[in-house]
Amino acid sequence: MTFFDLARRNVSRHWLRSILAVTGIAIGVVAIATLGIMGNSINLMFNDMVSDVGDTITVSPATRSGTTELTKRQVDDITRAVGANRAIPFATTFDSVTVGETKSGAMIYAIPAKDIPFLLDMEAGAYPKDTGSGCVIGKTLAENSKDTGLKLGARATIGNETLRVVGVLEERGMGFDINPDSAVIVPYSWYSNHYDKDTYDQVIVKVRDVNDLDAVKEAIEQKMNRRENVVTVMDTRGILKEVFAAVDSITVFLMGIGAVSLIVAGVSILNVMLMSVTERIKEIGVLRSIGTRRSEVMRMFIYEALILGLVGAAIGGVLSFGTGYMMTAVFSGNPDYFFNPTSLLYIVFGMAFGIGMSAVSGIYPAWKAAHLNPIQALRHE
Amino acid sequence: METDRPGLITVDAPSEKAATSSTPILRFEDVSKIYPLPAGDVVALDHVSLTVEPGEFIAVMGPSGSGKSTLLNMMGCLDVPTSGKIYLSGQEISRMSDDDLTRLRRDRIGFVFQQFNLIPLLSAVENVEFPLVLTAGREESRQRAIEVLRMMHLDDALFSHRPGELSGGEQQRVAIARALVNDPDLLLCDEPTGNLDSKTGTAIMELLGRMNREEGKTVIMVTHDPRMTEYADRTIQMVDGRLA
Repeated sequence: MTFFDLARRNVSRHWLRSILAVTGIAIGVVAIATLGIMGNSINLMFNDMVSDVGDTITVSPATRSGTTELTKRQVDDITRAVGANRAIPFATTFDSVTVGETKSGAMIYAIPAKDIPFLLDMEAGAYPKDTGSGCVIGKTLAENSKDTGLKLGARATIGNETLRVVGVLEERGMGFDINPDSAVIVPYSWYSNHYDKDTYDQVIVKVRDVNDLDAVKEAIEQKMNRRENVVTVMDTRGILKEVFAAVDSITVFLMGIGAVSLIVAGVSILNVMLMSVTERIKEIGVLRSIGTRRSEVMRMFIYEALILGLVGAAIGGVLSFGTGYMMTAVFSGNPDYFFNPTSLLYIVFGMAFGIGMSAVSGIYPAWKAAHLNPIQALRHE
Repeated sequence: METDRPGLITVDAPSEKAATSSTPILRFEDVSKIYPLPAGDVVALDHVSLTVEPGEFIAVMGPSGSGKSTLLNMMGCLDVPTSGKIYLSGQEISRMSDDDLTRLRRDRIGFVFQQFNLIPLLSAVENVEFPLVLTAGREESRQRAIEVLRMMHLDDALFSHRPGELSGGEQQRVAIARALVNDPDLLLCDEPTGNLDSKTGTAIMELLGRMNREEGKTVIMVTHDPRMTEYADRTIQMVDGRLA
């Protein structure tokens, strides 16, 4: 007869009470694991976005420099600073786009024709050339303009000059550099002639090796901002770092909610254990009188709390697989994130927290039982 | 039933027993116990001195509140005196730590209670083996428990029954078996027949008498029933915390 055996028998003697306590822990574990997994999935989703554009540095005029434009010379300096990496300068404007009778407005990106293939992918048609008078349009713009006739091959008048739509871009989604889905992309040479401009708004630097990102940034800073802050250099990772920080806070907040439910479960175990001690005061007196040590009585009650915690955590762990998978699928749209080890770790964490919570809840009742006066305990009715 | 279990009378026990034959198993020296209560201190034991020789059968009688139970608790290392000294086989126990007193209870003292006080979650044989499992392996404990239960004339078929499934007399036999399983020197009984009919009570008293005569156990029994004193070598009367 071991103390573990005694604890186990007492748990099954009060089976209804035990089931309720176990249910509490299981719910707590499910809550903490599922909410953790949910936060982690969102995190992973952003992470995937970063790896898509993680090789990008943007260089724009510094806010305090008093200008919103980069000169040809500055762009040349940047191009030299980034060495073998490709620097893609561009300018933006907003202008009217007329197809046939229909006139509307659109964002215009002007990018050197030779650089466009390094930045954008075509879905249909060809890239525009510096020499020709062609432009390409974003996917969303193309889809939204079916009625107006702005499509591959159409002739569109931008400002007062007519260009032919030679290509439609692949959908790119929200980016940290440019958002071409609803825009018209024209060769920079055409833009320069048409608007009589030779400045740029921003330079996008595509870094060949992501590990060089910081070195390239440093090189640009060195070249451009040595004397005064002329340009602002940002990398997409830096921007996303802030997004991650926000997502992390959400995850912590969500897990906090889960933790609260586990603490409530812990209190219910504390309650069950205190009831168990009160009901068994006489039994504790007998155990002590026949030579059971305080530490052994304490162990017996801790075991009891641990049994409840272990069973609850095991059930909660199994259920978390289902709820975690479901939540991942719903919130991130990609259930595969659930099988990422960092997600699954939240189940282990939830279970460990549940077991730990039960053990902690068992300490006070166990201590109380162990320190009962054996004579008074024996007299207890 | 001498074994090499720690704390029990072991291989070198005969010489120890011989040495202790002149040493009283219990000696109270001017022992007082005062319980401080808000309404005023209660003197449960008032300068009690007494000596118990090994192998004695002593009945303790007295009205309720006369200090019989407190005396028994002190003898059983469940409580320590406010003043005075208590010696168990020459060893002073009045200032021992809780763990040391617990060890003494486990190894040298057997308790028999009026209400049997068996652990309801355990079967008869598990109740008996419990004190042994605290020190020894499970296998040998089970053997010894069965042996002692048979000594108590408990039907083998009842060994696996829980206390709730046993009659009062059967429960008290199991309780006595539990008290004896560690082969203690001292058997302390608090009204062991108080909850039994007279026929069963007599059978239990016969059993205790036999343990005293044949096994050499020192028995100290608190009782309200004067008839039970017939089994005792001597009777101690208590009044107001003193020996009358």
